[in-house]
Amino acid sequence: MSILGTRVIRTEDPRLLTAGGVYVDDLREPELDGAARVTFVRSTIAHARITGIDKTEALAQPGVIAVLTVADMTDFPPPPPAEPIDPDAPPTEGPMPLGGPWSEPLLAVDKVRFVGEPVAIVLTDTRYQGEDAAELVSVDYEPLPAVVTFDDALAGETLLFDGTGSNVSLKRDGAFEEAVFDGCDVIVEGDIVNQRVACLPMEGRAVAASWKDGKLTVWASTQNAQLSRLILTALGLPPDAIRVVAPDVGGGFGAKIGVDREGILVAWAAKHTGRAVRWVESRSENLTAMTQGRGQRHHIKIGGTSDGHIKAYRLDIVQDSGAYARMSGFLPSLTVLMAPGVYDIPNVQAGYKVVMTTSTPIAAYRGAGRPEAAATIERAVDWFAAAAGVDSAVVRKLNFIQKEQFPFVTKMGAPYDTGDYEGALDKVLAAAGYEELRAEQKRRRAAGDVRQLGIGLASYVEITAGDAGAGETAKVEVHDDGTATVYTGSSPHGQGHHTAFAMLVQAELGIPMDKVEVIHGDTDLIPDGVGTYASRSLQLGGSAVHKAAIEVKEEGAKKAASLFEAAEADVVLDAGTGLWHIAGDPDKSLTWAQVAGAAEGGLIVANVRFTADRPTFPFGSQLSLVEVDTETGKVTLLRHVTADDAGPILNPILFEGQRHGGIAQGAAQALVEEILYDADGNPLTSSLADYGAITAAELPSFELLTSETATDVNPLGVKGIGEAGTIGATPAVHNAVIDAVSHLGVRHIDMPTTPERVWTAIQEAKKASAK
Amino acid sequence: MDRYPGSEEGERQVSKVSLIVNGKEITADVEDRTLLVHFLRDVADLTATNVGCETTSCGACTVLLDGESVKSCTVLAAQADGREVTTLEGLASESGEMSAVQKAFHEQHGLQCGFCTPGFVMAITSLLAENPNPTEAEVRAGLEGNICRCTGYHNIVKAALAAASANTAEAAK
Amino acid sequence: MIPPSFTYRRASSVDEALDLAAELGEDAKFLAGGHSLLPLMKLRFASPEYLIDLGRITELSYVRDEGTYVAVGALTRHHEVNTSPVLKSEVPLLAHAAGQVGDPQIRHRGTIGGSVAHADAASDLPAVLLALDATFVIRGASGTRPVPAAEFFKGIFETALEPGELLTEIQVPKPASPAAWSFQKFTKRAIDWAIVGVAVQSDKVALVNMGHTPLRASAVEAALASAASVADAAELAAEGTSPGSDIHASAAFRGHLARVLVRRALDEARSRP
Repeated sequence: MSILGTRVIRTEDPRLLTAGGVYVDDLREPELDGAARVTFVRSTIAHARITGIDKTEALAQPGVIAVLTVADMTDFPPPPPAEPIDPDAPPTEGPMPLGGPWSEPLLAVDKVRFVGEPVAIVLTDTRYQGEDAAELVSVDYEPLPAVVTFDDALAGETLLFDGTGSNVSLKRDGAFEEAVFDGCDVIVEGDIVNQRVACLPMEGRAVAASWKDGKLTVWASTQNAQLSRLILTALGLPPDAIRVVAPDVGGGFGAKIGVDREGILVAWAAKHTGRAVRWVESRSENLTAMTQGRGQRHHIKIGGTSDGHIKAYRLDIVQDSGAYARMSGFLPSLTVLMAPGVYDIPNVQAGYKVVMTTSTPIAAYRGAGRPEAAATIERAVDWFAAAAGVDSAVVRKLNFIQKEQFPFVTKMGAPYDTGDYEGALDKVLAAAGYEELRAEQKRRRAAGDVRQLGIGLASYVEITAGDAGAGETAKVEVHDDGTATVYTGSSPHGQGHHTAFAMLVQAELGIPMDKVEVIHGDTDLIPDGVGTYASRSLQLGGSAVHKAAIEVKEEGAKKAASLFEAAEADVVLDAGTGLWHIAGDPDKSLTWAQVAGAAEGGLIVANVRFTADRPTFPFGSQLSLVEVDTETGKVTLLRHVTADDAGPILNPILFEGQRHGGIAQGAAQALVEEILYDADGNPLTSSLADYGAITAAELPSFELLTSETATDVNPLGVKGIGEAGTIGATPAVHNAVIDAVSHLGVRHIDMPTTPERVWTAIQEAKKASAK
Repeated sequence: MDRYPGSEEGERQVSKVSLIVNGKEITADVEDRTLLVHFLRDVADLTATNVGCETTSCGACTVLLDGESVKSCTVLAAQADGREVTTLEGLASESGEMSAVQKAFHEQHGLQCGFCTPGFVMAITSLLAENPNPTEAEVRAGLEGNICRCTGYHNIVKAALAAASANTAEAAK
Repeated sequence: MIPPSFTYRRASSVDEALDLAAELGEDAKFLAGGHSLLPLMKLRFASPEYLIDLGRITELSYVRDEGTYVAVGALTRHHEVNTSPVLKSEVPLLAHAAGQVGDPQIRHRGTIGGSVAHADAASDLPAVLLALDATFVIRGASGTRPVPAAEFFKGIFETALEPGELLTEIQVPKPASPAAWSFQKFTKRAIDWAIVGVAVQSDKVALVNMGHTPLRASAVEAALASAASVADAAELAAEGTSPGSDIHASAAFRGHLARVLVRRALDEARSRP
């Protein structure tokens, strides 16, 4: 019986639970002995010209080694000249930062464009000295008006970038003709905000660097060591002069893809001063200067017939990019791609504008563009159902892409591989006891209970391994002592890849997991790799390990055959025991140690890249049950039931863990999280006391159902589960809150559904119905 | 505790502090403003305890001070002078056997990236010492001061309840 | 993240604490549990030159039944107040409220005296002690003086404590009907400070975070005294208050919450046998 599909507890845990993980701040490498501490001086104003920087008082502080500004960066190769921007050219959908007049500097040059933007670097002997000295670097600012809201940006009265003519850096026309809505007896139109949130990994950004004998070594809390190395060539070094190591990484969620400007600056500081350096950001830096997520405003129009069939859907997106376009139009391009979700809608129109605001740059955050699509289509379907007077579960089923229609290319060009949307919804409705919940809701409404129940549904589909063609690498070695080593281009930061990939090796080669070592995240050992994001690692990284294991097995068969003096075709590997024998003759066997021992150098190795020709589309349904106190607006999440389908489940323990974490983040966006700025662009949620990170006290235990619909895109049949939980949870919870008070006339409440927002919506609905 | 007399302009006030950490006495001269978490990480070289915020919110720095959970980022090393501190590294038995809470985290998949984990393990260890058979609601309320971003808490709660059961079973023997 | 530099001094008795305070003057602050002061210092909103650590003054950590009142030493930690058998029996409102402060880790360090002396209007215990008509015993160089709660809280983070004075004891009169209590703490998340809080002991009502100090809801109390119904009295909850507007709630919403929570608190207090 294969180990695949069984519950295997993690090999990563014993070390993490006894000695603790080794994150960048914990590293005790000899190269970092006596490393200087890096403290950044950051802008305290949202938009200003820098008129002077005075380092004198800071330089006089104990332990200060250097105070560096852009003026010191004379040893940094100049950026390529600005390319002219053709306003009529189709937008790059990234994810690539925009260059030209929209370029982002490393240290601020003449302007700052968000509170938290790095302006100077202080190097000190100790961390405590760094904080003291950084406070004393004096920066003179000439304030400029802040550009905070979508409307501020669109109005363009104040421009963030000279020579651009507007704050709209990119746009894609949605071709919004009205004719598609002709013949719709039910049309609903409105605005939905998908608010800006913080990515909030528990370990913030952290980078350490050492420059010695012409080689730069960088330890970074990153999701991709190899990409980080490529980025660091901007220092004017060839890749083989750079080594990047990802130690234990305390969460990423998309915000630690590669290294960002601070990471490059830390590496530069090591090279510039010749001193090893270490930077570990504080939480307030993390909440203001690490990239944030979401930040889209949607205007939607949905139309159909009164029996519940949706005929047309329009999604018009304004994407807040923050002060710099880190990912250009990539995020809204995914929102556009996934706009219609799980529905077969005959007419879909979607387009976007990316606007610059004087706030923290926005980039990928768990779901990266797809949660926004799902959250809005699921609201739109509820609006449509309410207007048509049809139950929202019925409307969903009427409009689902049917099981028989797969593979299905949507109107937006997304090639959905496999799906069973109705099956997932039915599972969830049954497990939740939907009819009983509706009956209880009805009873409480009739009784006028203060505490009302809300039932929220979300059916979703999402795109994983969007860059399937980049694939992933794996090298599998079997040694003459019978152990195996896997080198993966994947880069886990909590996902448990070491366990998963060791399971794959055991399943294919019969080498027990405790004899399989998995290595990742060191460009000296793994020069070629892509990394972990976009829920790609099992389907691409795992398929690569699988492919390499098969090649190792083929090589092993050759060696075993020669040792047995038999034909290759007659030699068999028992994957259950890891023993080679001649077919039909189990008594004479060879171990992997013996077989590898017969190979050149006592090693059998396969080094592969696995690519897929298209992405995969996991899907599911989620049902959320909330209780709303109609006198105070307080929302309590009572139950959350999900069926999240990403194909065959390799390790249910890991699979469930990803769903749990995703659900919590998704629910948190619906209920409590929001990054806020005041009218001057000052952050109002720059600490964990103010930013509503959700805790165990606000959440129930989740009810997870199993659904496994394989894909044909890769040999493992798997899709990605990492982001699906988040994508489904936000609309399920959001819809539940609104459902709880819909009988009072409430049609919509923007997220997060804080008590005041809920209560205000109830009051306004009461006033409207009194008229 | 000994102190260094006087301080020059620009020099920081330093005193001798002595803590019993995981059963071992650690003595050092540190700045008076040294936070307990930094004493543990930088002086005692026990890096399992992590710093996750500046506002006493996240609980990643939770350790036991005289057996009770505290947020070591909001305790001065000087306040703990002469006291007993237990960190994650000190939980396993002398023979290396993991505590019930550590084992339960492993068995219940209560950790993913591991950064918040030492704080949770110490918080739960203290919670169970005060309330050996908590309900799920009591566990969740008891963890209001600890933030995790990876697990959604579902398995952390399961681990706490499993550890409580294991402790009860052990005590019954 | 790191407090500015300071000099640490430790007192092992009340007398020593007062002597040190006199010696070091305005540049010194007392350090009790440190969970109000140290967070401010870490954000560099406070930078005293000296901290006088009171943490070893065990003589100020106690809960004693003194017949008509319960005496709580100022350095008694929230956890001890929450689990005290004397308080659970005689003043369950206080025992319960101490268990709502912060989280378990904070409750192992924070002290009732520290919370009272810090006097954050958003804190739970000052309002509770105001509802209970507690008396705060203050010791200074010139002797000991009792200050009723109603006269103790003067403004934002401002109390009747003069420089160099130490709060040593909180005297809580035993309520006639100990069970007639309620504590309504309204938050978005369990760990949050109260958006609005209400403490009720019989017909005494105090408000958390409805002004610069904890406030007695005197209009409510007057209405109850004139035999108004709970519903009618609760409508007056926001009278005389000046709640703030912030990212968590507007002043208007706070006023509304006060009315709802006062009504619920009075109903709950009356429902207990």
